[in-house]
Amino acid sequence: MSAKVINITMNGLPMEVYEGMNVLEAARIMGIDIPTLCYDEGLSSYGACRLCIVEIGPQDRTKVVSSCTYRCEEGLEIRTHSKRVMDTRKMILELLVCSTPGSKTIQDLAAAHGVITARFKPEHEDCMLCGLCVRMCKEQMMATAIDFAGRGPDRRITTPFDEASALCRHCGGCMFICPACSSRCMGPDADTTLCSSCLNLSPSCVEVYDHQQCWMPPGCGTCIRPEGDYLPATGRISEVKTEA
Amino acid sequence: MSLDNPIRSSGELEDLHGVLVERRSEDHLCISICTGTGCVVGGAESVVDAFVEVISEMGLEEKIEVKPTGCHGFCEMGPLVTMTPSGYFYPQVHARDAREIVEKTLLNNEVVEKLLYHDPQTDEAIAREADVPFYKHQKRIILAENGHLNPTDIEDYISIGGYKGLAHVLDEMNPDEVITCVIDSGLAGRGGAGFPTGKKWEICQKQPSEPKYLVCNADEGDPGAYMDRSILEGNPHRVIEGMCIGAFAIGASQGFIYVRHEYPLAVERITLAIEDARTAGLLGEDIMGSGLNFDLKVVRGAGAFVCGEESALLKSLEGLKGEPKQRPPFPVEKGFQNKPTVINNVETWANVPHIINNGPEWFVGFGTEGSAGTKIFSLVGKVNNTGLVEVPMGVTIREIVFDIGGGIPNGKEFKAVQTGGPAGGCLPTSMLDLPVDFHALQEAGTIMGSGGLIVMDEDTCMVDVARYFTKFLEEESCGKCYSCRKGTQRMRELLDDICEGRGTPGHLALLEELGHAVNTASMCGLGQNAANPMLSTLRHFRDEYEAHINEHRCSAGVCTELIQYTILEEFCDGCAACSKVCPSECIVGEKDSLHTIITEDCIKCGSCLNVCTRGAVLITSGGGV
Ligand SMILES: Cc1cc2nc3c(=O)[nH]c(=O)nc-3n(C[C@H](O)[C@H](O)[C@H](O)COP(=O)(O)O)c2cc1C
Ligand code: FES
Repeated sequence: MSAKVINITMNGLPMEVYEGMNVLEAARIMGIDIPTLCYDEGLSSYGACRLCIVEIGPQDRTKVVSSCTYRCEEGLEIRTHSKRVMDTRKMILELLVCSTPGSKTIQDLAAAHGVITARFKPEHEDCMLCGLCVRMCKEQMMATAIDFAGRGPDRRITTPFDEASALCRHCGGCMFICPACSSRCMGPDADTTLCSSCLNLSPSCVEVYDHQQCWMPPGCGTCIRPEGDYLPATGRISEVKTEA
Repeated sequence: MSLDNPIRSSGELEDLHGVLVERRSEDHLCISICTGTGCVVGGAESVVDAFVEVISEMGLEEKIEVKPTGCHGFCEMGPLVTMTPSGYFYPQVHARDAREIVEKTLLNNEVVEKLLYHDPQTDEAIAREADVPFYKHQKRIILAENGHLNPTDIEDYISIGGYKGLAHVLDEMNPDEVITCVIDSGLAGRGGAGFPTGKKWEICQKQPSEPKYLVCNADEGDPGAYMDRSILEGNPHRVIEGMCIGAFAIGASQGFIYVRHEYPLAVERITLAIEDARTAGLLGEDIMGSGLNFDLKVVRGAGAFVCGEESALLKSLEGLKGEPKQRPPFPVEKGFQNKPTVINNVETWANVPHIINNGPEWFVGFGTEGSAGTKIFSLVGKVNNTGLVEVPMGVTIREIVFDIGGGIPNGKEFKAVQTGGPAGGCLPTSMLDLPVDFHALQEAGTIMGSGGLIVMDEDTCMVDVARYFTKFLEEESCGKCYSCRKGTQRMRELLDDICEGRGTPGHLALLEELGHAVNTASMCGLGQNAANPMLSTLRHFRDEYEAHINEHRCSAGVCTELIQYTILEEFCDGCAACSKVCPSECIVGEKDSLHTIITEDCIKCGSCLNVCTRGAVLITSGGGV
């Protein structure tokens, strides 16, 4: 980042930032909350989760880009919460919550954005390939023990040739930074994916399923409700929202 | 004068050109045999051998030249043979026809009736290539040369004025003039996005950073498209010359030709052409004694569709995983190894020498405002004349499909045409008069892409088409953007539901919502267009989606879950052909009496339909036929 100061417009307000700073950082300086999953201040930007998208450019010719990978340039006009951006973010969250419902981070983001439908067939993926672990391993732990392999549906994170890596020092950095691992609901897979009712169930799942080492704050409850007896997701959103 | 010594000046090139032209005396006869991939499949190599044998047997080697060439375009009718100077043309030639053609047509200038091309619409016999409707309605600039050139012979290329444009540029122009010339011509990228080529060169030239690189994008991953391949196979020196001109204008000293590994012949031809050009002093150090240094290297890609995207291509070129990255910075600012790099499509490069030779005004003379020049399309699918067609920008789809393509086979109805490759969109009959240029296609919800045109007839189910392309994109997505990877998967699942009878009215709303989100949120051109196949079919063929959902009816009879096979009593004569081929043995009936299909056991393979000679097998869907 250079020391040169440039002018940009963020949600209609003029702002001065350093040239080369990314749009996400600039927005956060302004106190604007842009959701992210694959971004971490200590790591390089990657742009995989697409939650941090913003709309840039003059009103009639706008373009949507991921703010974590887009650098501020002189005169840039940015809208962080336009309708187009919000609709798209909500859809991405709906996709996320249907495929990786076991992540509390995702459930909370979905709740905070008012995602009240989960219209896709439930899946229970442990990983949404945000790549934080890959960058953690490479950039902070200097190990490069894991990376992406395959493309499209075959894309996954693995060690070279799927064998135990000699470079891995078992530091646990990858697990620490993972938004799915570090706060994963270890209860049985729910058949509705939009849970968003962690807050006021009793007994909480930690009490009941302590042996499963659920690290969710008490208690999401998905795991202890009798089968088939699911609260309509809609009813609970507001409560979660206040918390988030 | 020959190419034993490198050419040291434009004067020497001109001399050589003169010698080569003269060598072709007045009564020089030439027979060009297409050895493009399509014709080779049809047996072109044995045709070449047969001609060589016949001609040497008759002792006519001096008089008649046998020239194996690249693709002529009319691949449907291969192997193709054309004769100069007479202009006679024979399709589907067999090795056994060689003697007759030499004796009658070449030596006595009379046509062999039985070998002539017959227009399927009028059944009229046509003797000259120029009169064949397929060629008559085209404007062939780049492809025309394919038919007259031996791609493995640099002298042949020089004899048609090859490298003249480069010589002119080196002698009489400065880099800025070259760039101005390309800008004035209005040449826009032929690889998809249609960015003005001259502008791209200008930005790169102005970058302070050195060295600069050039890349020729010959990845061509669209299923069914093969124009870039045909140029590299049939006219590799055009591309080399174009890149040399670009190198002079931009100030680059190294270039790469990124070609997919699945194109072995293209790799072979371009590699040979590079070596020949180097030996001839037209590539490498001090080109034609001008002081320009520029060399080329062929790099083979492993054939991932996404590696055609320029930033992914660059990564692949650097030996990394082919994954697009955020632009800006654009490759012209930070490309190969973070140095300014111009990436252009094969066809874009091949246009450059023509623009230099004929001037920008000539080029603007073809096409429409905003889209200058000609464009090569690969016309495939349910159309009579499949092949490569080159037309001025702005002709209508109707002209391409009906005048050049000869309409739909077997008297079927035209239904749609898909443009722009897998991430393009489908256009219905009502848009047949749409002019094919960058802007008009964009407006209609599709893209020019690199020039694939897939024609579909009434037997095509548009929901199934959308599902097919969405699945292709799902598999070819690099997988980095969540919106693209998961979005294409979910779109495909919803389309599966509709095709398999599980669709609900909610599916359509969700598909539209999701499609817009995928196109909006994804980073590269693949994800940003990934919903086009679905969105465009939904826009133009919504009734078909609704029929699938509400009535469980697939009117084209394609979606197996929604169709039933039945045997019509009136037509069945009990020949038992169907029951013999039925793999699940679900057709019952005595010989010579009515057969019936046990629907529950039927796997809907369609074998019975294919063997029934009496038209007694019928596909029904949702209560309709
Ligand atoms: C998914 C994807 C695939 C692409 N494939 C090709 C290709 O096969 N060949 C090509 O020339 N351009 C392809 N492109 C376009 C290139 O990114 C780039 O725009 C082009 O090579 C630039 O050259 P041009 O200006 O001459 O068109 C592709 C783009 C995308 C997004
Ligand atoms: S391969 Fe012969 S015409 Fe195309």
